[in-house]
Amino acid sequence: MSVVKCSMHELSVIENILKVVLAHAVKHRVKRVLAIHLEVGELSDLEDQWMQHYFDYLSKGSRAEKARLVIERVAARFRCAQCGETFPFVLDQDRGTCCPICGASDGRLIAGQGYFIKNLEAL
Amino acid sequence: MSDEIRLIEVKEEIFADNRKVADDLRERLQKKKTFLLNLMASPGAGKTSLIVKTIAGLSSDIRLGVIEADIDSMVDAETVLQAGVPVVQLRTGGFCHVDASMVNKGLEGLAVEELDLVILENVGNLVCPAEFDTGAHKNVMILSVPEGDDKPLKYPLMFSICDVLIVNKLDYMGFSDFNLGKMSERVFRLNPDIQIIPVSCKTGDGIENWLDWLRLASGQ
Repeated sequence: MSVVKCSMHELSVIENILKVVLAHAVKHRVKRVLAIHLEVGELSDLEDQWMQHYFDYLSKGSRAEKARLVIERVAARFRCAQCGETFPFVLDQDRGTCCPICGASDGRLIAGQGYFIKNLEAL
Repeated sequence: MSDEIRLIEVKEEIFADNRKVADDLRERLQKKKTFLLNLMASPGAGKTSLIVKTIAGLSSDIRLGVIEADIDSMVDAETVLQAGVPVVQLRTGGFCHVDASMVNKGLEGLAVEELDLVILENVGNLVCPAEFDTGAHKNVMILSVPEGDDKPLKYPLMFSICDVLIVNKLDYMGFSDFNLGKMSERVFRLNPDIQIIPVSCKTGDGIENWLDWLRLASGQ
């Protein structure tokens, strides 16, 4: 079963995606946007399927109508504040966020949140 | 030739617009010496209770205002109003979070120049508010004892963006298997800079520690 935790959250995110996409579509004089390549942080709670549903709804009648969202999840990563090593953070593991090199435990989150539009495929 | 598929580079962060509005707001308030605090938590964790305690503890020497964000009610705003400070109700109308332009709108309803501290009571949930910069100078969240010590594992983003974690309802500790040490360990792994302040809004336990932090952070 798929549960939408808070629908309007998806709406905000997708509205912003569409806004950026259409601005670029106008700038580059494209007729149709076919696909949008996105990077989405692993810490985001939005599901691919729901992002596409909202996108289809919001993009109706625009140059981006029927565009496919190609979503790549970006793993959460930490950087050790002591030695600078970067390492993955495993969410459902209740241990192991110590730096694998120096063992310090004051890593900072450096990746895995937010939404980034990489590029568009367009006609 | 025109039917050829082109690849157009975009390379844009989606919330760049909101971040810009938030940065401008932060700076504007800084100049006016008004400190904006973003308070987040699940429904029922004690956001309004903490605000009422804060008003009781500080309002004799700090000029305080409150922005209440609720999906569709005025209950919290009325409670805060009774505590005797100016309050603005933002009805988010289904929105599960508050962004910087909504805060701007809320601030129009308060005489900001005459306030030292504005507390934004965000919409009650641990997911969406974590993703939207409100323009606040500090982010504070509440986790209450009955919610359980596993929440940092379920909502890591929220715990990683906050400056302070209030652990509320200490008075429930005896009825619960909540492990404060274990929870703290989990939280510090996500965010080594966070300050954890255990309180009970009901008994008043720990509230002085919270008020001390707030006085210091807001420069009062």
